[in-house]
Amino acid sequence: MAAILEIHDVNKSFGGLRALWEVNLTVEEGAVHAIIGPNGAGKSTLLNCLVGRLKPDTGTVLFAGQPVLGREPYEINQMGIARVFQTPEIFEDLTLLDNVVIPAMAKHDGAFRFSPWQRVSARKELIEEAEHILEDVGLIEQRNVVCSSLSRGDKRRLELAMCLIQHPKLLLLDEPTAGMSRADTNNTIELLKKIGERGITKVIIEHDMHVVFSLAHRISVLARGTFIAEGTPEEIKGDPKVQEAYLGGAHA
Amino acid sequence: MFGKSSRQDWIFFLVFSAFVLTMPVTLAPLGAGYPDLLQKFAIYGLFAIGFNILFGLTGYLSFGHAAFLGVGSYAAVWMFKLLSMNVLPAVVVAVVVAGIFAAAIGYVSLRRSGIYFSILTLAFAQMSYNLAYSVLTPITNGETGLQVRQLATGPVKNLLDQDIRVLDQAFGVVEHGVPTTSLFGIEMSGWPGFYFCAAMLIAGFFIAMRISRSNFGMMLRAIKSNQNRLKYTGVNTRPYLLSAFIISGMYAGLAGALLAVTDPLAGAERMQWTASGEVVLMTILGGAGTLLGPVLGAGVIKYFENIFSAINENVLHQLFAFLPDPVENAVVAVAGMFVGEGWHLTLGLLFMLIVIFLPGGLMEGFNRILGLFRRGRSEEDGAASGADKEA
Repeated sequence: MAAILEIHDVNKSFGGLRALWEVNLTVEEGAVHAIIGPNGAGKSTLLNCLVGRLKPDTGTVLFAGQPVLGREPYEINQMGIARVFQTPEIFEDLTLLDNVVIPAMAKHDGAFRFSPWQRVSARKELIEEAEHILEDVGLIEQRNVVCSSLSRGDKRRLELAMCLIQHPKLLLLDEPTAGMSRADTNNTIELLKKIGERGITKVIIEHDMHVVFSLAHRISVLARGTFIAEGTPEEIKGDPKVQEAYLGGAHA
Repeated sequence: MFGKSSRQDWIFFLVFSAFVLTMPVTLAPLGAGYPDLLQKFAIYGLFAIGFNILFGLTGYLSFGHAAFLGVGSYAAVWMFKLLSMNVLPAVVVAVVVAGIFAAAIGYVSLRRSGIYFSILTLAFAQMSYNLAYSVLTPITNGETGLQVRQLATGPVKNLLDQDIRVLDQAFGVVEHGVPTTSLFGIEMSGWPGFYFCAAMLIAGFFIAMRISRSNFGMMLRAIKSNQNRLKYTGVNTRPYLLSAFIISGMYAGLAGALLAVTDPLAGAERMQWTASGEVVLMTILGGAGTLLGPVLGAGVIKYFENIFSAINENVLHQLFAFLPDPVENAVVAVAGMFVGEGWHLTLGLLFMLIVIFLPGGLMEGFNRILGLFRRGRSEEDGAASGADKEA
């Protein structure tokens, strides 16, 4: 399989603190690739470099052969990278349907289109697609509800729907189950497995080993700003370096 | 947003238009049925509708919109002086000039958001005010203000004091004394002036309604709700914000032009920060983000300004004449603080009450009352059907 995301020699420091050090990673097309590591290992820094929120000091990132670094977040999204945040980022005071129609519009119309005369309600195809996606994530009943009243788990589902409607080539998930109850976590795993069938490449950053081992095809372990191991879930479970750095023997 | 079908919108729009056109009759019992005040209702209603497209939809609070009002007025008066006393060229040019001005100020100010954006717009407006007041005197006539003058008879030395009106001259319009604004021969003062402003208000309201229901309007709402998410959703928010800024600047320019249409002079004080603050008050008082709210807020504030400030002690004495004299004097003394010069006090109290108890403005109040009625009715229905079952 071809590589869809290639990270070469990325370095990033904050003042004297070296957050990322000579980071290299290749993500295969169609894979579910998990990045794990203890707190402060640099996982979120790496993700922020990928979506244009942070600019690394050196290094290159190629997405489908195109350089990513130095672009604005909206340009990176238009290239086909969608992102799920640690705390769900949604349009809180709009309805669920609006929340899903907006990304569909962004996909369809591009980064900017001046259309003050076209009614939203006239864009039947977008609304229909949005309703399909809401059905897929099990939120169709609440499509005219304002989002601020949703539970954490439902907000996460909605955020996933907002990403999925854009048919991204790569989906970045930053701790998709952080702060969730066991039941919500399991629901989210089921949902992610279900959308896995669409063949979207996913990079997951996660703390919860249960989530990682239920979803990932490949795992990379980040510790103190650099990758110390990479392999299949089985290989990672048996790697003594990983156990020392992260698992602490508890999962052995 | 999808709840409102286009049919409901049309009904809403027709009711609004009918109300605006019948204001001379319907507002007469409130003492507001005279053209000068109704013109102000329509003009400031337009100003607030435009302001709401920026503030109500995107959440960006501009504290300098009076600059565009002033620019519109100046541009309109210049058109009266140079082209024609017909109001159409003046209105069109004022809107275009205000739009260009807004594009320049918006381009710089929108580099920041939140309070920094507000401060930048305020700074630009104060700069415009000071420029108009002193530096740009050759264009604005400074303190005196820009006025329409008689046609030049000989060679033109100073355009500020001698008008040329090339279009009117070309069409052979004969002028007697200082000319008045007109629309193809209909004088734009008094009631015709009001109906012209009302027509503009109705058109402006219609455009704002379409924007609010459009793709563009949806993106503006998304910016207000979570701009960060929108950026990661592939939307370049800057051009959306700039478009909204320019559109609202053009509305302000139109309002400024209409001020000049109803009274053809333009002064720098129109650009002062108090005028910018007034439109913020109007929008919040009526309900930011709603269609009707800004018009309502503008009406309430202009009503207070004109009616409450006109009430004096004599009027109060007449009003409370039924009370025994000492009580009457006491009541008049207290009430006197809230009328006449003190109308700002009344407005301030009203504004405080609304912001504290109805953060969504007067529109939230109306919606709550409507909600009470609806609930009352559905409870009655429920009771009736319950009774049926028992029977």
